[in-house]
Amino acid sequence: MALFRRSPQQVAASAATRRTAKDLRLGETGTICCLEDPEMALKLLEMGCVPGVKVRLSGRAPLGDPLMLVLGDQEYTLSVRANEAATILLKE
Amino acid sequence: MLSNPSTAEAVGLHTGPAAGARPMRIALIGNPNSGKTSLFNQLTGLNQKVGNFPGVTVDRKSGFAQLTATQRAEIVDLPGTYSLYPKSLDEKVITDLLYDRTSASYPDFVVVTVDANNLRRSLLLFTQLGDLGLPAVLALNMMDVAERHGVNIDLPALERELGVPIIPMNARKGIGVAALKIVMAQRLDAPPVRCWQPDEKLLPLVRQIRYYFDLHNDYLALHYAQQFRQIGFLSADDKAYLQELTQKYGFDATAQQAAETIARYARINEILLETVTVTRTETREPVSNRIDRVLTHRVGGYLIFLAILFLLFQAIFAWAQYPMDWIDQGISALSATIQENFHGPLIRLLTEGVLAGLGGVLIFIPQIALLFGFLAVLEETGYMARVTFLMDKLMRPFGLSGKSVVPLISGLACAVPAIMGARTIESWKDRMITIFVTPLMSCSARIPVYTVLVALVVPDEAAWGIFNLRGVALMSLYLLGLFSALASAWVLKKVLKARERSYFIMEFPVYQWPRWKNVGLTIYQKVQAFVLQAGRVIVAISVLLWVLASYGPGNRQEEAVSQLMVRQNIGFSSPQAMARYNQEHPEYKEELARRVASARLENSYAGTFGHLIEPAIRPLGYDWKIGIALLTSFAAREVFVGTISTIYSVGQDADMGTLQQKLQAEKDANGQPFFTTARAFSLLVFYVFAMQCMSTLAVTYRETKNWRWPLAQLLYMTGLAYVAAFAVYQVLS
Repeated sequence: MALFRRSPQQVAASAATRRTAKDLRLGETGTICCLEDPEMALKLLEMGCVPGVKVRLSGRAPLGDPLMLVLGDQEYTLSVRANEAATILLKE
Repeated sequence: MLSNPSTAEAVGLHTGPAAGARPMRIALIGNPNSGKTSLFNQLTGLNQKVGNFPGVTVDRKSGFAQLTATQRAEIVDLPGTYSLYPKSLDEKVITDLLYDRTSASYPDFVVVTVDANNLRRSLLLFTQLGDLGLPAVLALNMMDVAERHGVNIDLPALERELGVPIIPMNARKGIGVAALKIVMAQRLDAPPVRCWQPDEKLLPLVRQIRYYFDLHNDYLALHYAQQFRQIGFLSADDKAYLQELTQKYGFDATAQQAAETIARYARINEILLETVTVTRTETREPVSNRIDRVLTHRVGGYLIFLAILFLLFQAIFAWAQYPMDWIDQGISALSATIQENFHGPLIRLLTEGVLAGLGGVLIFIPQIALLFGFLAVLEETGYMARVTFLMDKLMRPFGLSGKSVVPLISGLACAVPAIMGARTIESWKDRMITIFVTPLMSCSARIPVYTVLVALVVPDEAAWGIFNLRGVALMSLYLLGLFSALASAWVLKKVLKARERSYFIMEFPVYQWPRWKNVGLTIYQKVQAFVLQAGRVIVAISVLLWVLASYGPGNRQEEAVSQLMVRQNIGFSSPQAMARYNQEHPEYKEELARRVASARLENSYAGTFGHLIEPAIRPLGYDWKIGIALLTSFAAREVFVGTISTIYSVGQDADMGTLQQKLQAEKDANGQPFFTTARAFSLLVFYVFAMQCMSTLAVTYRETKNWRWPLAQLLYMTGLAYVAAFAVYQVLS
């Protein structure tokens, strides 16, 4: 299971098409593929943002940020800032 | 308390004999929102105290639980955490405690609270603890909710997989607590099952650390390699050794931690696959999410928040007034009774110094109790997490986070509990900025000063047809406080360096009814902490001030009083005539007593100081009399009115009107009214900014455990006050 995208070429190639948790539409569900920012990733992993887990955007704060993410089947809600959500890459 | 004895039988446990002379030490550990605090309160009730972890700056809650008729155990409540890789100051306490077997608070075993609805994530922390080789019990909390959600857990199978006793429970209702106590009463062995082992490649490193520190566990040794920089009990030599060792082996802490976490989740998934079946009956989304749709609505969310704020202010300013009046009257009555029956300098020290100071502390108890009760209810229901969510984006440009909102709001009542409330902020930098700027919010102690001075120079007229001019002035002062807090935060954000990154990854607790026992305990603990901590400082300062205001250098006071008496006596033919006059005109006697008090004050140490600092405050438009008031009100702002009353020879019991007339009658050297608009506004602005509150400084020290913070606060705010007051006076005059 690849955790980080290490190769810069890979990142550059996928930059146009890649989707992150930040790009989810309201109510849409995606599956976590990997986490981009190593330091943030450790925190997110501990909070249950594990590759393979489903993530649903359940709401936004009135000013658009932070986001409300519902994780997995267990249905617990995390609040993350948009720039933090942008480090959670989704499977295509 | 509800308990369920059949649960104990279900897990096949028996009451063991009391073991050992020293009470067992048991640490409670678990994710935030896993019900840890509820369980702690169930186990210990009122037998708890808040202290400090030895050598660390974080509060430690501990208490005693009666496990069996003969056996007591010390329960240590550890801060909520998601893993053994600490991110915040709070979490470092846990690792410092668990990695040092020689620590005075090293637990005999740990109780890990786990949310049954969220097993995968909760088990991450649990397996880490298990791999440390700590004897552990798993308290499987919120079983009722899990059952409702169709989560079916095969407990015997899970016990086998994890190798520890599991107690299903509902800590809020007290179900399962009795069974847990029975398990806790026994000496447990370390769990035989390991969930994860360090990779082969790491073993040479791990073995060397084990050998050097004489450790009994590979995983513990690995954590030494991971975290040696932040482990408090390691010496500089130890750290240098570990630094060298990790470099030699090319140890990559981040990659290792990530790999470990992923591997753990893989193993946990395996375990859960065999032990947990989910038969979701409901397809509707959880109630909590539907409530969130209302409470975090684009418009409605802010409106509801404003309504709750309004209720909070109503509680603090209106409802709290009655008990505050009772306390005030009670203290005055007690003081008067003592003064009527006893005399002498010691009695005056007791009544005018100690009791007056104590009254100044005790009077805030209702406000603090109401404020913390209110905040505890909001916290318990889960609403507070949503407030921080709503406000985060608004606060971020100022270097604050959503979590700073609560302290700032509380600061309008009193900065002391507000600063204590900043503890919920994990990021060190965000928390320090919040603590630093909170005293700039206009607290209730500024109200008397504002009222007197605004009424003095602002006419009671309508402005633009609808507003009252005085109301506008008062409101501007509050806004000035708020804007200065935000601006200072913004500046501090630029100045302050922090290694920690600011996160806002936060779990939303599920909405639930507050547990009143938890609310009550919170109120009790906050009030106790306030009275003991702030109380000591205030009483000490008021005793000091009393001495400074009551005694003077040499016999200057006596000389001043006798000179005054000589001047008074000139109009009388004999002392008898004067005595007769005094008897016929009691108001003259009172006036004389006031003048004597005033003369004594001018020649006291405090008065001498006032004259001494006069050159420094003259650019702001102040004279020595205001100087004394400034000095005395550095202990607490509300002292200003009392001091001014004494100095302008107004009795303590005189109402505002009289004080106002006196202030209006006050003339400067040229015979012009002393309190001009420029002087009054300069003074008002000074009181908006200046740090005149010993309790706040004391609590800032207590919360930061570093004298630099309260000192910086004092210098910064006083400097700001001086510059602003100077500018106002020079511009307006």
